[in-house]
Amino acid sequence: MTSKLLKTIGLAAVMAIAGVNQAWAGKSNDTLVWTTDREQAVADPYYNNTRELVIMGHAVWDGLLFRDLDSGEFKPLLAKSYKWVDNLTLEFDLRDDVVFHDGSKFDADDVVYTVNHVSNKDNGVLTFQNVKWMKNAEKLGPYKVRIHLHEPFPAALAYLSNAVFMMPSGHYDGAPMKADGKKDFGAVKPVGTGPYKIVEVIAGDRINMERNESYLKNGPKGQPQIGKLVFRTIKEMNTQMAELLTGGIDWMWDVPKDQAESLEAQGAVTVENAKTMRVSYLAFDVDGDSGVKYFTDPRVRAAVAHAINRASITKNLVGPASVVIPSACHPDQFGCAQDVTKWDYDPAKAKKLLTEAGYPNGFEFDIYAYRQREYTEAVIGDLAEVGLKANLKFMQYRALRDLVWKGQTPINHMTWGSNSIPDVSAITSHFFSGGRDDPAKDPEVIKNLETADTSVDPEVRKRHYKEALEKISANLYWLPMFTYAKYYVYSKDLDFKTTSDEIPRFYTAKWK
Amino acid sequence: MFIYACKRFGVAVLVAITVSLLSFSLIYLSGDPAMALAGESATSEDIENIRRVYGYDQPIMVQYVDWLSRVVQGDFGRSHYLKREVAEVIFERLPTTMLLGACALGFAILLSIPLGVLAAIRPNTIIDRLALTLAVVGQALPSFWFALILIFWLGITWRLLPITGTASWQNFIMPAVALGYYVTPAIMRLTRAGMLEVLSSDYIRTARAKGLKPATVLFKHALRNAIIPVVSLAAVQFGFMLGGSIVIETIFAINGLGFLAWETIQRGDLPTMQAIVLVLACFYIVLTFLADMLNAFLDPRIRVA
Repeated sequence: MTSKLLKTIGLAAVMAIAGVNQAWAGKSNDTLVWTTDREQAVADPYYNNTRELVIMGHAVWDGLLFRDLDSGEFKPLLAKSYKWVDNLTLEFDLRDDVVFHDGSKFDADDVVYTVNHVSNKDNGVLTFQNVKWMKNAEKLGPYKVRIHLHEPFPAALAYLSNAVFMMPSGHYDGAPMKADGKKDFGAVKPVGTGPYKIVEVIAGDRINMERNESYLKNGPKGQPQIGKLVFRTIKEMNTQMAELLTGGIDWMWDVPKDQAESLEAQGAVTVENAKTMRVSYLAFDVDGDSGVKYFTDPRVRAAVAHAINRASITKNLVGPASVVIPSACHPDQFGCAQDVTKWDYDPAKAKKLLTEAGYPNGFEFDIYAYRQREYTEAVIGDLAEVGLKANLKFMQYRALRDLVWKGQTPINHMTWGSNSIPDVSAITSHFFSGGRDDPAKDPEVIKNLETADTSVDPEVRKRHYKEALEKISANLYWLPMFTYAKYYVYSKDLDFKTTSDEIPRFYTAKWK
Repeated sequence: MFIYACKRFGVAVLVAITVSLLSFSLIYLSGDPAMALAGESATSEDIENIRRVYGYDQPIMVQYVDWLSRVVQGDFGRSHYLKREVAEVIFERLPTTMLLGACALGFAILLSIPLGVLAAIRPNTIIDRLALTLAVVGQALPSFWFALILIFWLGITWRLLPITGTASWQNFIMPAVALGYYVTPAIMRLTRAGMLEVLSSDYIRTARAKGLKPATVLFKHALRNAIIPVVSLAAVQFGFMLGGSIVIETIFAINGLGFLAWETIQRGDLPTMQAIVLVLACFYIVLTFLADMLNAFLDPRIRVA
């Protein structure tokens, strides 16, 4: 009797527990739950520079322009049309049928307010490099504006479509005051014009978004299909996968290759490997600032280049969407010439070059890295094959970048995502224009990049970028390694299209 | 007793200050906080700007003294990342961590005290050996691994429990078990040792000679006395669990103080990090202080020494 009673109580307890364990993500709830490992507290793309806010930026806000990823074309979004008035002025005719999430109408005042706010350095925009090329905006009429540039900036359209989102006029005026007397603009409640509106932000837990039922018709983004979007922070990758397998979430990314392949084999979820704008590279201390003089010799740098089997790393570690790159940029970026000096995998040649340089038995040095330790370990393995003993110093990015700037790293294995800007100026010009990141400070490269960065003639730009890229490759200031690829894993019910710029457009997703 | 209490309090304050000073210094060893705030794609110009705006260009001791003087007045500053008052954020998340800690401690006590009593009344039997094995496994098992095992069986395979979040009481079961299991051995062994000592004492023999029921002797006379040191240990373990919840909260995506600490360290949010370390250290120090006082109250030899 007692045993029967205990069994009944036990069964009831199990049923009570199981009964509440209902997944609330998915098709049945018309709620797409996506997750990453980073907490998001600030829901403003100007005051939060994480990838998650770039993704939400495209879902919640609109820019004046839109970049069609299939054609590479720039199309009007909040603008009806646009034109270059001269090298320093862009003119826009704006749509008159757009409303913000708070119900206010979008017009020229909003553009002027947004541009003037974000381009003012004192306002502390975290992604200032995305907006600093704009001098100010000028209202020409209720739906007509001009944006003035500091200097010719050919990548302006790319930035306008990817990183300059419109806020309502006066949006930041009511920002709370910080202890230092400055306004805390990131604390303002988010309001945009995009396909989704943010309804709740719980830092460390989630950001809830709902479909904007009044979203502009006939726009290039189309109409949002799924009712609710929820961003969740789940730090641990294994926990993310557990939630995906049990229906707690619908979408995750950055899954390690082995785990992605294992999930694919199970068949319960969709697994996709897609390219990203991020590239991997080895930067050499070509001036010997670190005190290690080996890499001042071009033959030693060439030996390293010939020793590393980049194709094997892409194939066996990164994923099928990854490719080996010959230039110091991403092949999808404007101006990224591919016909530059290439360094094939040839260990015998590497050994020969080392002997010529006076190191027949190789030598020992430190290699610095911060991301995907296994990739750098593969590099170290290849180098060991030709007698080069590299000791891995694996660090946090901020600590490593500090060392790089101080010139204390003989070789660093780094990556760069270009903020998903499809233009060489977002990477090559960033690293080789003579700044602290520039390992060579080559005057010829600097001059070519300067010319290309400030010309609005695409052919002139291409020619000068190519000259700069050729010199970087030929002299091996960098050894460009490979493009990154990401594993996306998502629900079988979800119709989702990956993009090459690492910005998932959830507003185009729908249920099957 | 008063002098003893004053001495212990002085030590506690010194420990709190030392912990805060050390944590403050260690933060800089992991790199430039301005760079962490600026993010990967920031230019050197942006970083310089952030360094100036947040006062990171000041000498570290100046920053520390400035911070400490504000903390004394109850001002932990404003989170660079969360854009909110640090005190507000901490006290918003502390209840979740306290609840998790309480659940974990509850689980640990519910498991370890009966096991400790059983092991004591059946010394050197299979029950005692099993309890000892459980203790060894508990101390050897990394909590993150145990947590993943729980997720695999209870979350994925049998789908009995929700895996992440804090939406219902069921969400706390797995994290509490994973966190509490680690402290079970210490409580169990102390209970066992205490019970063995008490059960061999004269007054228990007298109680048995008076013909009292075995259960009365065991629970009313023996356990009551044997459990006193366990109470002070449990208090200290509770403090340990508040700090040790970082891993468990991270694995189960629980939005508590532990998870906040982990995130804060990663993004170099200095004011929040400093406040968390100080708050957790203070909790631990207060609990240790209270345990010391309890022990001193119960055992006069401690306060005399």
